[in-house]
Amino acid sequence: MSEATKAVVKDVTTMASPVSLKFRARAGKDLSRFLRGMKERRIVGRVCPSCNYVYVPPRGACPTCGCPMGDERVLPETGTITTFCIVNIPFEGQKLKPPYVCASVLLDGADVALFHLVGGCDVNEVRMGMRVRAEWVDEADAELSLETIRYFVPTGEPDRPLAQIREHI
Amino acid sequence: MSTFNTSREEIAIVSFVELSPAEASQLDEIETIQTIVSRATDGAGIARDRIGFTVSGSCDMLVGRPFSWIMAMDGAGVSKPIEESHVEMDGAWALYEAWVRLQHGDIDAALIYCFGANAAEDLMQVLALQLDPYYLAPTGINAAEVAALQASAMLASGATERQFAEVAVRAGLAVSVEAALAEPYLHRPLRASDLPRFSDGAAAMVIARGDYARSVCARPAWIQSMAHIADGHSLGARDLSKSPSLEKAARLAGVGAKATQIVEVHAPFGPQEVIALEALKQAGLSADAKVNPSGGTRAAQSVMVAGLAAIGRAASAIHRGEASRTVGHASSGPALQHNLIAVLEERS
Amino acid sequence: MKQRCAVLGIGQTHHAAKRGDLSMSGLVREAALRALDDAGMTFDEIDAVVMGKAPDFFEGVMTPELYLADALGAAGKPVFRVHTAGSVGGSTAIFATHLVTSGIHKRVLTLAWEKQSESNAMWALSPKYPFSPPTTAGAGGYFAPFVRAYIEFTGAPEHIGWQVAYKDRIHALKNPYAHLQMPEITIDMVKNSPVLWDPIRYLETCPSSDGAGAMILVSEDVAEASGKKVAWVHGTANRTEAILYPRRNQVLPQAGSDCAKALYKEAGITDPKREIDTAEIYVPFAWFEPMWLENIGLADANDGWKMVDSGDTMLGGRQPINPSGGVLSSNPIGASGMLRFLEAAHQVRGTAGEHQVEGAKKALGHAYGGGSQYFAMWIVGAEKP
Repeated sequence: MSEATKAVVKDVTTMASPVSLKFRARAGKDLSRFLRGMKERRIVGRVCPSCNYVYVPPRGACPTCGCPMGDERVLPETGTITTFCIVNIPFEGQKLKPPYVCASVLLDGADVALFHLVGGCDVNEVRMGMRVRAEWVDEADAELSLETIRYFVPTGEPDRPLAQIREHI
Repeated sequence: MSTFNTSREEIAIVSFVELSPAEASQLDEIETIQTIVSRATDGAGIARDRIGFTVSGSCDMLVGRPFSWIMAMDGAGVSKPIEESHVEMDGAWALYEAWVRLQHGDIDAALIYCFGANAAEDLMQVLALQLDPYYLAPTGINAAEVAALQASAMLASGATERQFAEVAVRAGLAVSVEAALAEPYLHRPLRASDLPRFSDGAAAMVIARGDYARSVCARPAWIQSMAHIADGHSLGARDLSKSPSLEKAARLAGVGAKATQIVEVHAPFGPQEVIALEALKQAGLSADAKVNPSGGTRAAQSVMVAGLAAIGRAASAIHRGEASRTVGHASSGPALQHNLIAVLEERS
Repeated sequence: MKQRCAVLGIGQTHHAAKRGDLSMSGLVREAALRALDDAGMTFDEIDAVVMGKAPDFFEGVMTPELYLADALGAAGKPVFRVHTAGSVGGSTAIFATHLVTSGIHKRVLTLAWEKQSESNAMWALSPKYPFSPPTTAGAGGYFAPFVRAYIEFTGAPEHIGWQVAYKDRIHALKNPYAHLQMPEITIDMVKNSPVLWDPIRYLETCPSSDGAGAMILVSEDVAEASGKKVAWVHGTANRTEAILYPRRNQVLPQAGSDCAKALYKEAGITDPKREIDTAEIYVPFAWFEPMWLENIGLADANDGWKMVDSGDTMLGGRQPINPSGGVLSSNPIGASGMLRFLEAAHQVRGTAGEHQVEGAKKALGHAYGGGSQYFAMWIVGAEKP
């Protein structure tokens, strides 16, 4: 590089090296059935034939027993918030405008909590033990996705005592 | 100055299963792991509570999301905490970690599993991300083109395209040498029959010590030794027509100490098999050893699985009583950069 | 049977939000060369290299141990890559230890690193992957609900989080390698910082760093022949559990307490509260300090926050926790576990410098990863085990 060029060209310290990759994602057998249920606005869990725990969303195998899942079980739309956080921070790819609430929701009859959003109330009203129900998107907008549940909203029932949810955080 | 000692404990491969590409393509990662792990343990009469260590191999870049192996682990049934590890490498290196762990003599058995997803639209482009990110990857060269550079270097140092074609026939990727040579070049001097056919896949293995190995397996495949060595990375700084790392690993593992009947080689590109066999011969591999009697892994290549599969198949030949000494080879990286050797034996 | 293993060399980079002066190769070499120099060795004497780091998506390099073999003098040697999420730095050191304790190698270079500035970590962690719930809220959003549960169930006052955050930044001022250097830090600053993931405040979270840590692990004969002060490995343990199963305790995971129990058994420790002089534990959010103290038995159930409140965990306190400033002051993700392990080794060698815990004879290194499901720990001592 000539002295004249050096005078106008700064040292190279970084270079952009963009990478773009495309993948085909596969939902698998069990999750596919759950997602088809979502499109019909139904919550379809699965029962482990060995430990009898009810999983939702169902997984390809029972993490407790390591065996394939058993029968389907349609679950009610109601449940209890076991714990939550209020997201105040904006970040790339975020779909909702902060503040919003992310919560673990233990559906009635399920043995694992579902991580989802809470809406329909002020973020500061959300409590551990609060009773909620699924608020669905319109039938026409139902997708093969958990996003077919728009969020969970308070039912107004009395809270469940903390002692009852302690094991389901 | 440097030290490389081999096995102090009696350790054997007692169980090995792989999933067919057709079956693997129907399952997600959790279902895949559930299937192979239960076949390799329960299916082989191995009690889960005798397994003291579990280790898996996989690569997020094949699946397209970070931490892909964490969900997959659900298939192994681990609500009670286990001693566990994961390598972002071919399952063959997971086997190596398990083999090292069993050397301590305090646990009886270890479970190894691995999975590879053929989910990328262009896997040759994904594999190119293994290259030096500053000097090589930005050139846009893909993995097949790197292999073509290597094949060219081989031709320049005396190899022939006929040799490549013979490898293609052995792998079931061409009906005859003439047919292979009649194919057009895809990445000169590579033809379609020199390239791997990528597939979904998964494999699981159980290794065990001494008496426990004998109690669960009629003919355990004893791991006489294992060794792995990497070459340098920079393509310009290597003689691509040779594999010094494979030759060194094979010497350290004692490949030439006794006659070997079967060798299962994991070379993703056909010409690399020629290099691998030459390196193994330099290290004393029997000239009459059968090469890839299983058909090899190139016709259905599941990345991160194929290396463990080659070793597993070498073990299965002993399990079935078809051989008393076999060698399994696994490789990794651009232009066969990293190589692992397992020497397996039957013992009375 | 099992051979003894010692830490002969320790090295780390100066951690920073962006080490724009170094490539990835340069970053790992800075740590490796310092560790070799500390051990009085060169790359030629190393038998094997064991590398760890978090997802390849962070830098966009797949299986980077292959490309980095050149920078680490590893051509012609075994190179290994471990990946167990956030615990990887610990798991990597444990496998490297096993290479020595199994008698296979005598001199192993182990190293863990992350160069987060080369990519966008938030993007790498949250790709547009179908089927997943719409609630991805980053690591803080994942862990904040468990912090809330801890506070709810123990009745801990909110100033505990502020106090841990303040303490680790004060400790970092004594560690020239730490990323965050905040001489102006006060408890009020933490208290007044914005709530990002309620109940977690901005200054209660870790930074995002470029950095690497390295150690030279050697066999007993090599350690003795060196004539140097070494840290002896008294025990290692790792435990893993699934991310979600019924009645899983994500606040105090069983994998963490099982791991600690196995560790103490191997290291011959019966009273960890008294026998361990100091611990470096993986605390990316301030509230994880009291949680992990309870989980690994350094505090009784529900009492972790009281131990923090009493000042016991400050340098000069009864059992200083994270005298280096911890993950709250430097977080090159894949390296963070290795830094915990090597800082523990520094303490028992007496080479920690300004953040030395006086007279430390036994120290614990701890790392965790995934959804609080991967745990890796070790105990090192000034004397042979």
